[in-house]
Amino acid sequence: MKKASLIMIIGSLLLLGLFKFPLWHIQLEAPQYPDPLGMHIFIEGIQGEEEFDIQNIDGLNHYIGMRTIPKPEEMWEFEVFPLVIIAMVVLGVLIGILGFIGKVGYNWFLGWFVLMSVLGVLGMYDFNAWLTDYGSNLDPNAIMKLTHPDGTPMTYSPPLLGHEKMLNFDVTSLPHTGAWMMFVGMSLTVVAFFVGRRKREKRA
Amino acid sequence: MKKLSLPTVLFMTLATVFTGCKDQGDKSNGALTSNAAERVYVEPGQYDEFYAFLSGGFSGQMSVYGIPSGRLLKVVPVFSQDPEKGYGYNEETKPMLNTTHGFIPWDDTHHPDMSQTNGKLDGRWIFMNGNNTPRVARISLSTFETEEIMEIPNSAGNHNSAFVTENTEYVVAGTRFSVPIPQKDMPIKDYKGNFKASLSFLSVDQDSGEMDLSFQIRLPGFNYDLAHPGRDKSHGWIFITTYNTEEAHTLQEVNASQNDKDFIAAVNWKKAEEYIKEGKFKTEKAEYAHNIFDEDTHMATSTIKDEVRVLDASELPGLVYFLPTPKSPHGCDVDPTGEYIIGNGKLSADLTVHSFSKMLDAIENEKFDGEAYNIPILNFEDVLGGTVKQPGLGPLHTEFDGKGNAYTTFFISSEVVKWNVGTWEVLDRKPTYYSPGHLSIPGGNSQEPWGKYVLAMNKITKDRYLPTGPEMNHSAQLYDISGEKMELLSDFPTIGEPHYASMAPADLIAPNSKKIYKLSENKHPHAATSPADVRVERDGNEVHVYMTMVRSHLNPDNIEGIKVGDKVYFHLTNLEQDFDVPHGFAVIGAENAELLVMPGSTETLVWEPKKVGVWPFYCTDFCSALHQEMSGYIRVSPEGSNTELKWSLGEE
Repeated sequence: MKKASLIMIIGSLLLLGLFKFPLWHIQLEAPQYPDPLGMHIFIEGIQGEEEFDIQNIDGLNHYIGMRTIPKPEEMWEFEVFPLVIIAMVVLGVLIGILGFIGKVGYNWFLGWFVLMSVLGVLGMYDFNAWLTDYGSNLDPNAIMKLTHPDGTPMTYSPPLLGHEKMLNFDVTSLPHTGAWMMFVGMSLTVVAFFVGRRKREKRA
Repeated sequence: MKKLSLPTVLFMTLATVFTGCKDQGDKSNGALTSNAAERVYVEPGQYDEFYAFLSGGFSGQMSVYGIPSGRLLKVVPVFSQDPEKGYGYNEETKPMLNTTHGFIPWDDTHHPDMSQTNGKLDGRWIFMNGNNTPRVARISLSTFETEEIMEIPNSAGNHNSAFVTENTEYVVAGTRFSVPIPQKDMPIKDYKGNFKASLSFLSVDQDSGEMDLSFQIRLPGFNYDLAHPGRDKSHGWIFITTYNTEEAHTLQEVNASQNDKDFIAAVNWKKAEEYIKEGKFKTEKAEYAHNIFDEDTHMATSTIKDEVRVLDASELPGLVYFLPTPKSPHGCDVDPTGEYIIGNGKLSADLTVHSFSKMLDAIENEKFDGEAYNIPILNFEDVLGGTVKQPGLGPLHTEFDGKGNAYTTFFISSEVVKWNVGTWEVLDRKPTYYSPGHLSIPGGNSQEPWGKYVLAMNKITKDRYLPTGPEMNHSAQLYDISGEKMELLSDFPTIGEPHYASMAPADLIAPNSKKIYKLSENKHPHAATSPADVRVERDGNEVHVYMTMVRSHLNPDNIEGIKVGDKVYFHLTNLEQDFDVPHGFAVIGAENAELLVMPGSTETLVWEPKKVGVWPFYCTDFCSALHQEMSGYIRVSPEGSNTELKWSLGEE
């Protein structure tokens, strides 16, 4: 159980990577942008990949009536997400320590993972809802109003995951370092669960 | 394997000889070389391997080409006004063209020379001379803009300029014409003995690049044509060709061509520094303008300075020696080792090469052959390093490939000749079309040339391109010199009359090229860096419009309350922070130019409305899909009317 608990602690601590590295990365490529424009989405706010990328993305978006990219203070998520992550790290480490000294069983590890997964899915759901709103809630006085061939107004939500062609831009949206560290961390908590269970079975 | 029969071998040998003769010059590297077109072709989206910075001659500018493609990349305005960019027309850059003769919006540029560190090109700045109104400019190779212009006092025909020493300690600028110093009203026939020459040393701040006229050396009244600083072992010296040692003042084509030998003046500038330190200079009154463009304020200032430290070569021993050189030498070139000084005697049948070490030896043993104005003349035979016999007619300039070879242009016989430094043997010659002046090899005047190409800059173009009336642009011709034989690859038209060109690998320049000016660092006193700064202010009959430009509007776009007789200053700040997105500005009836404002910078256009009406202004640089909409109106009321001063954007 000691080994499993250590894995649990390490797994939880890996979530701290989210405070240093971006969670998500959205890249916009077009012929007139040989250096693609890019956005790094951190849990505490959005930053341009290069110093002026956000300003230039906003400049482009105004043609189709999109709002400017939100600053940290303009979205509650950027306050809440860090708190949730900190709470989950503390909880995970605590469970690990309690496991280490034999106060809780390995099922707690799985419990933490399930809770984190639910929160993660909620986070993704929220993120996707925001992307949808951001790309479809357009200024009625937009300079360019484009429609699909069927006549419905075109919207511009970047994909949550993967690639999409938006007008002349190739938009690619992928998890970044912070997210990968989180995924690895979460996987480790599952590993901790199995390691703990196997130890238990051996003893039994 | 099939055996070769004797007849086959004979036939093959003959065929080789035959094709070898027929294709002479076209195949130097054997089977590896493909055709010339492929070797100068740069695919769309690919970059050239080298930058070439060509002086514009009478255009007064500097043009930038990609090599080997010969594609024009940019024209950088230096000494001449440029309506394309507003240079010399906007309020910010007008001070750049200020001189003690007033506002001089043109010049004649000859010799761009790149800054060096340890004798190697370093890609920081290019210095270039203004020949007519003696000036030296410094152009930044990160912004490709002229950042500084220094007027040279006591000088006339600043041809012998701008030459950079091995660590960019100095930019050296010598006078071509001798003049009375100080200038005065006197009979021209009294030239001899009364006119003098000045050689100016402009020190360079290694961080900012800012120049300072450190000192001048006063020289006898000859014509000083071209120069080259010593390299490596001859570092600390500069060698200058002279002509008209006859000191003729009329019909110079005859009277200045009488002496069998003129001189190369060898100037010991390390010695000059010692004399300066010892205080052996005279401080003389001399007015000259020093103009600096500040990258943060986006503005130039012009300061008139009033004195200069002078060292007199006739009074200070060891400062200058004369090396006799046949005959009316033009170019003066020092090989990469610093040992050989090539005097291209334009009326001489041979090329004269002096040896630096022999020169030092002769000086040490005082082997002098007389003196001129108290300056020792060395014995020709004592300093001669070698002679290239009968290489062609009218040698002008020499560059080096770093592999022990030199390349000299011959104006009269219209060719480039390759010869060996040391054996003095002619190795190859290729015709040019026609009459080349300078030639350039990347780094070919430094200690480390990239001996891949030579660019010959020709003076005459007739029949090379489609005719364009009596005048055609001069042609530059690119030769591959990587093999034993030179190969003509291409020719392309150039702007103005390029004299010298400085060429450097793209790797040295491109990574430092600036993409935008940061708005947060814009310190222009009239900048409007956010929409909150936008306003119009009246001060008597002066009106200052603080306007911003961003895709796709000018803010404000409606201005009222201007009157005939007002002097309107449009201060335009480009809010973009995106590479290659300038905005232009033009207003009807502007007597100066339009503006081209780079991302993050501020420029000012003065407009003096003369007619009542509602006049449009607009962006001149197609900036976006809504460029046509990027416009506004300015209402001009009659003189003395009370129209309220107001401005707006987006109000119905």
